[in-house]
Amino acid sequence: MTGAILKTLAQLVLLLMLAPLVSGFIKMLKARLQMRRGPGILQPYRDIHKLLRKGMVVPDSASWLFSATPYVVFLATLLAGLMVPMAAADTPVGLFGGVLAVVYLLGLSRFFLALGGLDTGSSFGGLGSSREMTVSALAAPTLMLAVFTVAIGAGSTTLAQIAKVAINQQWRFLEPSQILAFAALFLVLIAETGRIPVDNPATHLELTMIHEAMILEYSGPYLALIEWGASVKQLLLMTLLINVFWPFGLAAGWSLAGLAAGLAWLLVKLAVVSCGVVLVETANAKMRLFRVPELMAVAFVLGALALVSTFLF
Amino acid sequence: MRWELTRFSPGGLNAPRRARILAFGLALAGALLEIAAAAVGVLAPAGAVFSLPFGVELFSWTVRLNPLSCYFNLALGILAAAVSIYSFGYLRDMEGRRNLGVLGFFYNVLLLSLTLVFTAANVFFFLVAWEVMALSAYFLVSFEHEKEATRRAGTVFLIMSHAGTGLLLVGFLILAQAAGTLDFAAFHHLASKLPPSQQGLVFILFFLGFGVKAGVIPLHVWLPAAHPVAPSNISSLMSGIVIKTGIYGMALVFFDFFDAPPVWAGMVVLCAGVVSALLGVLYALMEHDLKRLLAYHSIENIGIILIGFGAALVFRGMGHPELAALALIAALYHTLNHAIFKGLLFLGAGSVLHSTRTRNMEEMGGLIRRMPVTALCFLVGAVAISGLPPLNGFVSEWLTYQALLAGFGSTAELTRVAFPIAGALLALTAALAAACFVKAFGISFLALPRSEHAAQAQEAPVSMRIGMGILAAGCLALGLGATWFLPVFDTITAQTIGVKMGASLTAANGLVLTSGTFRGGAVSTVGMAAMLVLLSAIPGMFWLAWGRRSRRASGPTWDCGLPGLTADNEYTATGFSKPIRMIFSALYRPRREIQADYEVSLYYPTAIRFESEIEPAFEKHFYDPLQAWLFRFAGRMRSVQAGSIHAYLAYIFVALIALLLFGVRG
Repeated sequence: MTGAILKTLAQLVLLLMLAPLVSGFIKMLKARLQMRRGPGILQPYRDIHKLLRKGMVVPDSASWLFSATPYVVFLATLLAGLMVPMAAADTPVGLFGGVLAVVYLLGLSRFFLALGGLDTGSSFGGLGSSREMTVSALAAPTLMLAVFTVAIGAGSTTLAQIAKVAINQQWRFLEPSQILAFAALFLVLIAETGRIPVDNPATHLELTMIHEAMILEYSGPYLALIEWGASVKQLLLMTLLINVFWPFGLAAGWSLAGLAAGLAWLLVKLAVVSCGVVLVETANAKMRLFRVPELMAVAFVLGALALVSTFLF
Repeated sequence: MRWELTRFSPGGLNAPRRARILAFGLALAGALLEIAAAAVGVLAPAGAVFSLPFGVELFSWTVRLNPLSCYFNLALGILAAAVSIYSFGYLRDMEGRRNLGVLGFFYNVLLLSLTLVFTAANVFFFLVAWEVMALSAYFLVSFEHEKEATRRAGTVFLIMSHAGTGLLLVGFLILAQAAGTLDFAAFHHLASKLPPSQQGLVFILFFLGFGVKAGVIPLHVWLPAAHPVAPSNISSLMSGIVIKTGIYGMALVFFDFFDAPPVWAGMVVLCAGVVSALLGVLYALMEHDLKRLLAYHSIENIGIILIGFGAALVFRGMGHPELAALALIAALYHTLNHAIFKGLLFLGAGSVLHSTRTRNMEEMGGLIRRMPVTALCFLVGAVAISGLPPLNGFVSEWLTYQALLAGFGSTAELTRVAFPIAGALLALTAALAAACFVKAFGISFLALPRSEHAAQAQEAPVSMRIGMGILAAGCLALGLGATWFLPVFDTITAQTIGVKMGASLTAANGLVLTSGTFRGGAVSTVGMAAMLVLLSAIPGMFWLAWGRRSRRASGPTWDCGLPGLTADNEYTATGFSKPIRMIFSALYRPRREIQADYEVSLYYPTAIRFESEIEPAFEKHFYDPLQAWLFRFAGRMRSVQAGSIHAYLAYIFVALIALLLFGVRG
C-alpha cells in the first residue's frame, strides 16, 4: 500500500515538474531554429508560478461551470498521466484504467474545456470550442486504430502490459508496420496538442486560433491550471508514443538503478520527439481549418495500413 | 380522436387533477412493483411461466419470466417510475386545456403492453401485446394532434410500425410451421435446425421487422419525426424503452430461437450497427431542435448496441461462447444505460420546453442560472451519453471496445479486420457525440439567454426535479457500481449462451472491471472517481498557498471593443456544427440561401436573411420514390376494386378454388 502511494506521488511529481520543462524546451528550440533568442527554458515554470499568485477576472455571463472547468481539466489530465508508463513499465494506478481510459479521460477534460469556452458568451469561445471538438473528433478514429494495433499486438489494453511486451521486442520499431503506426500517432499528437499545422500555440487573438480561443477568458489561477493541464497532456501523449514504440531503457521492475536509467532514457526520448515536433512546426505553415480533415485522413490511412501490415503479412 | 371524461368531482378533486394523480400514481406504484419483481426474476435462473385462465388452444395468454425478460422489465420499471413522478408536475399546466384522462389511460396501456411484450410466451400473445404497444404509442405521439407535423409523424410511425409487424408475422409463421406450435419454448434453438436458405430468410425478416422498431438506419425515418412531437414524458419513454422492444426481440431471436446464426448474419448486424451509430450522430449534429437532436442520438445508441450484438453473433458462429457473452453483456448493459440517460435527457429537454415553450436551441441559453437543477441533471446525462468516465456510458462503451479487441484474435480470416475498423468508427461516433452534447448543453444552458422566453425561464416543479434526479443518480450508480451490477448478467448469459462471465469480469474485490477471461484490460470507475477526489488535494494546496490572497473580480466578457456583449454575439448551434457540416458535405449536401437587403452599399446591409438546410438523403432517395411507386401501384389496383358485389363474389370463388387445388396438391 505504501509502495503504491509512493509510486503515485513520484509519478505525480514527475508529471507536474517535467511537463512545463518539455513545453519550455520546445519553445526554446523553436526560437533557436527560427534565429530568435526566445524565452529561457524555465519560462513556463515562471508563468505558472506567476499566474497562480495573480488575481483573476471571471466574466459576468459565466456560470459555476466556468469555474469548475479548470479543476476538471487539470484533475482528469493528471489522472490520465498516472496511467501512462514513464520511467518504469509499471504504472501506479494501471489497474484503474489502461489506454482506453487515458483516451476517454482526455475526452472528459476536453468536454469541459469546450463547455467553459461556450460559457463566456463571446464568439471566440464558441469558435474555439466548435473547432476543438471537430478536430478531436477527426483525430479520434486514428487514435483508436493505433491503440487497437498496439493493444492487439500485446493482447491487452493495460499500458503496463503493452510496455512489457514492447520491452521484449526492442527492435520491433524498425518494422514497416510499426513505422506506419508511429507516423499515424505522431500526426494525432500534433493535432491533439494543438501544434502547427493544425493549431498555432503562439497565437493570441487571431481568427485562426483553436485552443487559445477557448481559454481566452481564463485568467490567474484558473489559467495556470488549464495551461499546466495542457502541458501535462502534451507530456503524457508524447510519453505514450515513445514508450510504446521505443521501449528502450524502461525499467521492468522498481529498482532504484533501473528507475534512474529509465528516467534518463525518458528525457533523451522526449528530447528527440520534441525535436521532431519543432521541426514540423518550423517547416510548415498553419493549415486552413478545412484542410485539417485531409491531414487526419492521411493519418487514418497510415493507421489502417499499419494495422493491415501488422496482421496480414 | 377525442374522449371526454365525465366531469363529476366527489371529494373536492376536479376531474383533470384526479385523472392526473390517479393515472400516474398508479403507474408509479406499478413501476415500483415491476422493479421489485424484475429484480427477483433477473437473479433467478429457472424462470417461471404463468397462464391466464381464459386462453384457448394455440391462443393462450401465457407469460414467462426469465432473466432476459426480467432484465428488460427492470429497465422499464426504473424508467417508468422516474417518468411517472416527473409527469405529475409536467402535466399540471395542461389541466383543463387537454384531456389528461386520455393521456393517462394510454400511458398505462403502453406500460402494460411493454411489460407483456417482454414477457409474452407465445407468438399470439406477443403479437397482440406488440400491436397494443404500437397503437397506444401512436395515440400518445399524436396527443397534440392539432399540429400538422404531429399528425404526419403519427401516421408515418403507424405505417412503418405495421410494415415491421408484417415482416415479424411471416418470420414467426415460418418458425411456427417448423415447430408445429406457437409456443416460444418450442422455438428454442429451432431456427438453427432449418435449412440454410430458410435460416437466412428468418434472420432477415426478424432483423428488418425488429429493426423498424429499434430505428436502425435506413428504417429509422419515423423515429426523429415521432419522438420529438410527443409530450416530453412520453418521448422519454419512447426513446428510453419502446425502441428497446426491437432490441429485446432481436435478443430473443438471435440468442434463443437461433443456436448459432450464420457468421454473415453477425457481420450484417455489426455493419448495420456501425452505419446507424455514425449516421445517427452525424444527423444529430445538424439539429437545433433539442428533442430531434436527442431522437437522432437514440439511433446512434441503437447502433452501438447492435455493434455489441453483431460481435456476439459472429463470435457465437465461430464457436467462442465466452467472447460472445462479453459482447452480449456490453450490448445489454448499454441498453439499460441508454434507457436511463436518454430518458433523463428527454426529461431535461421537457423541463426546458415546459419553461421556455420552445424546442429550438437558438432561442435558449443561460438556463443554467435560471434552472440549476435541470441543468445539472442534463449535464450528467450529456456526460453519460458521450461515454465519458466515470459514468455509465463509459462502462458499456469500454466493454464494447474490449469485445471488439478480443474479437480480432478469434479468427485468422480476413473478416477480423472488421473489428478494429468498427472500433475506430465507434471512437469517431463517440467523439462526435461528445461534440454534439457540448453543443446541446453549451448552447441551451450556458452564457446569455437568446430570447425573452429563455430570460424568463423558471425552474421546473419539485416532482419533475425528483424524476430527473432519480435517473441522474442512476447514471452515477450504474457507472460507479458497474462491477457490482455486472454479475446480474450471469443468469442472462447462462440462459442465452450457456456460459457465466460474472466472476471473471471483476478483480480486486470487485473494485476493478476486467474484460473477462481474456484479461485484455482493466478499468475501475470507482478507482478513477476516488483518484479524482484525492488528486483535488493538489489544486487545494495551491489555493492554500496562494489562492486565498488572490483577488477574484467579476467583469464583462471581452467584446472586441463593441458597445456591450449581447446574445447576438454568441455562437449559435448552427455555427457550432458548421465545420462538421462542411467536412461531411458529401453526406449532408447542404443548401444555403443568403438574402441581404441594402440601401447604399453591399457592405452595409439593412437586413440579412439566412437559410440553411441539409438534404434528408433517405427520405429523398428511398422513401419518396417508394411512396410514389406505392401510389401508382394502388392506382392500378383500383380497377380490381370496382365496387361491384358480383366481382367480389367471383374473386372469393376463384380464391376458394385456388386454395382447394393447393390443398389437394399439398
